[in-house]
Amino acid sequence: MAAVRPIDFPQTPSGISATADPEAGLALRALHYMVLMREVEDRIERKLYRQGKIVGGVYVGRGQEAIAVGVGLATEPEDVLFPCHRDLALYFMRGVHPRQVLAQYMGRVGGLTRGKDGNMHMGDLKLKIVAIISAMAASVPVAAGAALAFKYRGLPHAAFVFFGDGATSRGDWHEGVNLAAVQRLPVVLVCNNNQWAYSTPLEKQMACQNVADRGPAYGIPAEVVDGNDVLAVKDAARRAAAHARAGLGPYLLECKTFRMTGHAAHDQALYVPKHLFEEWAKKDPIDRLERHLLRKGWAGQEEIDRLHEEIRQLVDESVAWAEQSPYPDPSELHDNVYEQAPAPDGGE
Amino acid sequence: METTYLEAIRQGIWEEMERDPNVFLIGEDIGVYGGAFKVTAGMLEHFGERRVVDTPISESAIVGAAIGASMMGLRPVAEMQFADFISCAFDQVVNFAAKCRYRWGAAVPIVVRAPSGGGNRGGPFHSQNPEAWFAHVPGLKVITPATAYDAKGLIKAAIRDNDPVVFFEHKGLYRRVKEDLPEGDYTVPIGKARVFRPGQDLSIITYGAMVYTARDAAEELAKEGISVEIVDLRTVLPLDEKTILKSVQKTCKAILLHEDTLTGGVGGEIAARIAEKAFEYLDGPLVRIAGADTPIPYSPPLEDAFLPSVEKVVDKARWLYRY
Repeated sequence: MAAVRPIDFPQTPSGISATADPEAGLALRALHYMVLMREVEDRIERKLYRQGKIVGGVYVGRGQEAIAVGVGLATEPEDVLFPCHRDLALYFMRGVHPRQVLAQYMGRVGGLTRGKDGNMHMGDLKLKIVAIISAMAASVPVAAGAALAFKYRGLPHAAFVFFGDGATSRGDWHEGVNLAAVQRLPVVLVCNNNQWAYSTPLEKQMACQNVADRGPAYGIPAEVVDGNDVLAVKDAARRAAAHARAGLGPYLLECKTFRMTGHAAHDQALYVPKHLFEEWAKKDPIDRLERHLLRKGWAGQEEIDRLHEEIRQLVDESVAWAEQSPYPDPSELHDNVYEQAPAPDGGE
Repeated sequence: METTYLEAIRQGIWEEMERDPNVFLIGEDIGVYGGAFKVTAGMLEHFGERRVVDTPISESAIVGAAIGASMMGLRPVAEMQFADFISCAFDQVVNFAAKCRYRWGAAVPIVVRAPSGGGNRGGPFHSQNPEAWFAHVPGLKVITPATAYDAKGLIKAAIRDNDPVVFFEHKGLYRRVKEDLPEGDYTVPIGKARVFRPGQDLSIITYGAMVYTARDAAEELAKEGISVEIVDLRTVLPLDEKTILKSVQKTCKAILLHEDTLTGGVGGEIAARIAEKAFEYLDGPLVRIAGADTPIPYSPPLEDAFLPSVEKVVDKARWLYRY
């Protein structure tokens, strides 16, 4: 099986008038991808999952879209991305079509793994996206290795690896960060600190105040950024990327946000105090960006409404496409365990 | 000139590094020190720091970094200082490396070298044979050479292979095994067993250092007129079922011998396959001889009792022959 090729779809917000200000252009791109991620995930979690059309786990990044999108805006096409499970927008920014994501969730052949894996466990090396595994932070040393390959070849690219606050408790995180630091590898470490790891709050995850506090222990710079401000995330990610590309080693970026859902679609998160959802709802990154666009005069309400409408249509069409995509044939079960299926006779 | 098993591996790696600029080494103490067993001695001086990467004590990061580098087109050869420490990297090997191709079509062409095996009074954490853990993982290839010829040919094949390989080199063979090797480049196919010694009366199916235990037992038994065939698996995943079955169909009796502990060992899998596919040929029960179901003890009398001995193989073979 070759990894699925990306399908062309609108990569720029067509519903919004072009503007000369480059910062405005970036802000509009950001809104496009954040709304697309929200819409796709709402459809996945609130419709398809409840309708029983998605049989496996569903983990969404509602309220955390600014992190994937903000960092994504600071990446170059040759950089390699290691998204975590709340970073869906990165796939869209690399050209994965929403229909492929929906088919992936539904276990259809149109998904990036042809039904071999589900939800956010997807990647495509042609797009320089590496799939996560379920053990959190396992991607961190792998990202260090990808960065090592860039350094090995003298290429100016960076590896961007995403993880949650809980993942920073795992040994893989520490081993990977330390190796990257010692070898001065171009790795941008992006923490989506949404303050909850399943039902475990931050204070039971770590005794320090910030994930960023761990940076100095490894001799690497670290900064905290408002994870609900996409433009602030983008600026911070650019600082991190510049540091990595300059051969100065890894850079830890802690994006503070809040998980506006349960751990997964089955989880009502009754353990999270209600007032926190209410407080963080006021900091919603999409609302915030839209207010910013209006205030700056970079977009009018009508244009923003049109963007939402266009994305709804795109997602409608994508859902329909994914539902038409067939399930894999059971005969595919044994495909691609190895490059060549081992002959029982030892190859004679 | 005779070449040791250790030198054969070293030559194989060296030649592959000369052949392909994408091949590089990553591990603990492999550069300046040349590796705990000196398999990589002289490589730092010859190939430089870029291609011989000394790391912190981080087995998971070593394998993880190898995976990431391989996805970007390099051909990493990672060293676990002792096979015993590969458990620290277990998740990277079995969940990351082994499953990428199947899940999303990404090749992970890495080699994880793991010096394994007992008999060196290394105690519970410097003596293990953990191949069965990995032989249970679809997506991996698991290599266990016994001869210098195979060690060289298989390490080269492993480096060129596009799937993740765990390469168990038996420490007890490093300097004990010496052979004349052919000049020039050659590889040995992964997944292909060979008949180490032809015989008629019973088969001993084994691999790694136990090939020599089987050989010594076969020589003893030959004096009594018992003709033993030894099958050296060379690779335990994928298994060369055809060569195993062919031998059993000829001799009609089989001993499954390994240094790894008995329960859940590779021998059980082979016994099952023989029972499934050559049942009618069998003239006696399948006999497993393996390391004891204990941790590997340190004190010489205890370790010797742990390891399958020539005497034990001779005894069991006699019993099976007369069955």
